[in-house]
Amino acid sequence: MTTISGMPALLRQEEFSGFGVAVGEREARLQLRRQIARLEAELSGLFAEAFGHTEVPHRVEVPAAPPRVLDLGQLEAVRDGLAARVGEAREALVERGRVETANRELVEAMLAAPRDYKWVRVSREDLGLHGCGHWHSRPRLGPIGMLMGWWRVKISSGCPLAGRLEAVEREVEARQASRRPR
Amino acid sequence: MSADSADPRMGWVPAPRQGWVAPHIASEFPGLGIASVEVDAKPGKSPEPVRRRLRDLSDRTYGSQAIRLRERPIPWAYRVFFRQIGLDPDRTRTPVEQLTLDRLHDGGFRSNGLPGDALDIAIVETGVALRAFDAGSVLGALCIRDSAPGESLAGMPGELEKGTLIIADELQPVGLLFGPTAAGIAVAPGTRRVAVAAVQVKGVPQIAVEEALWLAASTLEAA
Repeated sequence: MTTISGMPALLRQEEFSGFGVAVGEREARLQLRRQIARLEAELSGLFAEAFGHTEVPHRVEVPAAPPRVLDLGQLEAVRDGLAARVGEAREALVERGRVETANRELVEAMLAAPRDYKWVRVSREDLGLHGCGHWHSRPRLGPIGMLMGWWRVKISSGCPLAGRLEAVEREVEARQASRRPR
Repeated sequence: MSADSADPRMGWVPAPRQGWVAPHIASEFPGLGIASVEVDAKPGKSPEPVRRRLRDLSDRTYGSQAIRLRERPIPWAYRVFFRQIGLDPDRTRTPVEQLTLDRLHDGGFRSNGLPGDALDIAIVETGVALRAFDAGSVLGALCIRDSAPGESLAGMPGELEKGTLIIADELQPVGLLFGPTAAGIAVAPGTRRVAVAAVQVKGVPQIAVEEALWLAASTLEAA
């Protein structure tokens, strides 16, 4: 409700509208900054969740080189960029989840009927699990098993031991050294 | 900030001095602030206890923490602020993220001498962004403001773009906000007194800022 004491301000339309725009724009910038904060939190969560499973897009183009108070358009560009990345990251995670579920079902089917999945190999990484190892459908007793149809799923024993890798590196180094012209 | 405190540690480390933020910048960024402490310190090689502390920190910092870092409240607050002022936090890294990344890259926090090591320890422990200046070259209280037309940063070619956010003393810009420090203000071999400044953004609690300044100052004092 407009009071009589407020009328002079209303009558000075130019001043009033100018004041309103300035306050309105600042409010809009504050609102956009709040949205940027929320989207950044969401994107950080998705980035951390996806790390090691799939790559999620998280880069947003910057509108200004030196640090400055961004105007409405620039803040909108940052907000829109973040919103787009969040959407893409969510999609990438859902897609990855779908692939991992399909692989889990494949492993279950392989374990149930190894003969139907000859030579199929699924790694822990394909299931979104950490560490080394894989499920491999292969014949028991090599060629004999192949001929007899004795198939099984072999589960590898995990990551190679550090000592073994070191030995391989030493062997490679020794081989390279022996090849080097003297 | 009150200088008299019941905390005995505040007895030998000076209380932080609160700087100011230009009112129109403060209205855009509520929670933005700058505080500093001055300590007698000479730049040089870090003593063994400081280097040991860096090694201990290295042992406590893992790759998985680096990935989750951006979800923690204080590093997240700086990432948000970087976005809000037009910096890409994945290109221009926030101080704590840059240090964590360097730790992963180098296999440990490398000692760069004082006052750098003192700042690194405080930044990694608290997540708060710290800067060091030659206190003898800083005039009066530090502030955060936007650059005026015709202003430039000593050591950088050309004028600053109008509206660039800077840290300044009463006389001149001393550095870009989260950017390079002006020549002559940075800590140099001739520095005898160091001003450690913390830039606070929305979401960073005051206690974390005080803790960061105290950590850096006490490390410098003890060295």
